[in-house]
Amino acid sequence: MELIDFFTDYTLRTITLGTAVLGAICGMLGSFAVLRKQSLLGDAISHAALPGIALAFLFTGLKDSNVLLLGALVSGFIGTVWIRGIVTKTHLKTDTALGLILSLFFGFGELVLSYLKKQPDANQAGLDKYLFGQAATLVESDVLVMIIVTGISLVVMLLFWKEFKLLLFDKNYAMTLGFNTRFIDGLISFFIVLAIVIGLQTVGVVLMSAMLLAPAAAARQWTNSLGMMVILAAVFGAFSGVFGTAISASYNNLSTGPVIVLVAAVFVVISFVFSPGRGILFKQIRLIRNRRDLELKKTLYFMYGIVEKHQDITRPHSIRILNGFQGFTKGTLSKLADKNWITIQGQDWALTEEGFETAENLYNNNIPES
Amino acid sequence: MNSELAIILIACLTSVACAIPGVFLVLRKMALISDAISHSILPGIVIGFFITEDLASPWLILLAAFSGIITVVLVEAIQKTGLVKEDTAIGLVFPALFSIGVLLIAIYANDIHLDTDAVLVGRLEYAAFDKLMIDGVSYGAKSLWTISAVLLLTIILLFAFYKELKLSTFDIGLSSALGFSPVIMHYGLMSVASVTTVVSFDAVGAILVVALMIAPAAAAYLLTTDLKKMILLSVLFGILSALGGYYFAAWLDASISGSITTVLGLIFLLVYLFAPSKGLIAVLFKQKRQRIEVSLLTFLLHLNNHDSKEERRVAHLQEHINWGKVRAQTVLELAEKNNMILIQNQVVSLTQKGLDFTEKALDYIITNKDEKIEDMKDDFFLFRG
Repeated sequence: MELIDFFTDYTLRTITLGTAVLGAICGMLGSFAVLRKQSLLGDAISHAALPGIALAFLFTGLKDSNVLLLGALVSGFIGTVWIRGIVTKTHLKTDTALGLILSLFFGFGELVLSYLKKQPDANQAGLDKYLFGQAATLVESDVLVMIIVTGISLVVMLLFWKEFKLLLFDKNYAMTLGFNTRFIDGLISFFIVLAIVIGLQTVGVVLMSAMLLAPAAAARQWTNSLGMMVILAAVFGAFSGVFGTAISASYNNLSTGPVIVLVAAVFVVISFVFSPGRGILFKQIRLIRNRRDLELKKTLYFMYGIVEKHQDITRPHSIRILNGFQGFTKGTLSKLADKNWITIQGQDWALTEEGFETAENLYNNNIPES
Repeated sequence: MNSELAIILIACLTSVACAIPGVFLVLRKMALISDAISHSILPGIVIGFFITEDLASPWLILLAAFSGIITVVLVEAIQKTGLVKEDTAIGLVFPALFSIGVLLIAIYANDIHLDTDAVLVGRLEYAAFDKLMIDGVSYGAKSLWTISAVLLLTIILLFAFYKELKLSTFDIGLSSALGFSPVIMHYGLMSVASVTTVVSFDAVGAILVVALMIAPAAAAYLLTTDLKKMILLSVLFGILSALGGYYFAAWLDASISGSITTVLGLIFLLVYLFAPSKGLIAVLFKQKRQRIEVSLLTFLLHLNNHDSKEERRVAHLQEHINWGKVRAQTVLELAEKNNMILIQNQVVSLTQKGLDFTEKALDYIITNKDEKIEDMKDDFFLFRG
């Protein structure tokens, strides 16, 4: 496979475009799911969509993907409403509600699918693809639907940006301002369900939740601004789609869905480790740097204790008298000299004025006056 | 043993083996861990299969269970970094591990009976035909042996550590203060859940394992708050759904595991709707009742505050309190039926009983002392909480 194939090969171009759009919309809407602590809602909804697909086929006998996805949308939404019903009206917790809807709906969907398989005349082959997704079955009209849905959700998101933002970060405040929080809440949920449903054909029921979560979780590490996070998540999602498709197209037998999910997971790992603000690596570096700084200052303070008793603070002392102190090495001394806190002359050191003042004020800031 | 009986037995034993750890998962708000484990043991199973080349080898079960534990550890490690919340951590770990499993199957093991579809929904139908053979003698279905062993182990552990489990589930602080390590309980429970998942996995698939763990416990939790009763009820629901599901599937000629899940769903739906005090209907009734009673109380207090006849005319009241006509009528009738008010010539006045009641209510509202409402609990739903 050559790079040029992406532009000339019709199927590959369609699939790549489809997965890219899908990744973008999932990242965009997934940001809201992650920030609302509804990460696993996506998992539950995508499983809950299966009976909708099966029943839509059972009743209409049509294998048109738009009809099936409409069924998925309906049953996904019923699942969402039931989850909310369980959480608000009983003492069962969110995790139980999610697990219930996820497994019960999926099992029922599987029952209907297996019943369909046994029917002699039914041309049901291919419904299975919704389990793991088959990006290869995407055609141009599917991609067009995806683009339209993405466009609509983008417009709605921009229109209700302020409301969404307010609801995310301070629901009670939004309520006191008189916003119809229930409506906005429902609107966000509806679009999340929509994103999941259009992803089913490509990534499948089982892995859809990762599509929603991973780009958003990765984007969250790079920024504290919601707008930036949504954009970044969309970019990460789109790249996961493109790279995933490319990798799975270059090897035989690799289904696209899992590859896309793993590419997205790589984005997450990179973000977790290397993001400058929150990443594990830089956090560790900062920690080490702080610890070193503390060591330096401890040495300085120890020197201050020696010098304090003398009239002349810049009088040289022998390095030997530091021997009882654990924190000092040749390295720390030269670092202190670099900071212009001490001067070193041969075997002697002396505090500078600056070093004396620094040491004097070292702990003052933190000690409350009593 | 004929295969029909074997399938029914496997289904029943599996549902009981899942229901028991499920109760604790639901109570500990870790229900979704079962979902995560059931997906992420897949790479463990595949790698185990590469090594042993035998789908029922105990090594494979151990390896898979181990990858279940790794999932729990990974989720906790990610959570500890503070970069994302717990639910996101779960949602990131298991799809990634599951994807690895699916790809490993796709690349190296496409021809074995471990096809990806069976992974999700299982093949209970075939479980009875996979016999345990020792020296050429058949000892019945393999799954039956493994699931019996796991169930026995689960029951022994349950009896041995019942007190510790109970305590660490409901009061983690107290249990660690008393010297029971919550960490050991946590990982012990996770190991049992993991092993149970692995063993049930081959027979019933990833998703039904989740249903068997969560749904019976959730339904039982709506019916009782007593731990022992909850465990017994879950086991009962599990067995019921296994039996019901088997015959339903036989009648429909469809997937047994899908059918068991569907029966479980129906059981949960019934309990969710009709549970005596925590079901949807009971809750909605209680909420409606409370709304009316709050209105009644407001109404009586309003009467108490207004002496002049003009203020107490029925028509005026509707205007004054600004209730819709229907609601005002309900409240008025309720109050009259309880002898709390008297209506003469369209003028409402409090009876002695109504007066006493209002005084007490005011007392309660002002002082907020619990003993003031003890008498009212008999008349008033509202104060029963």
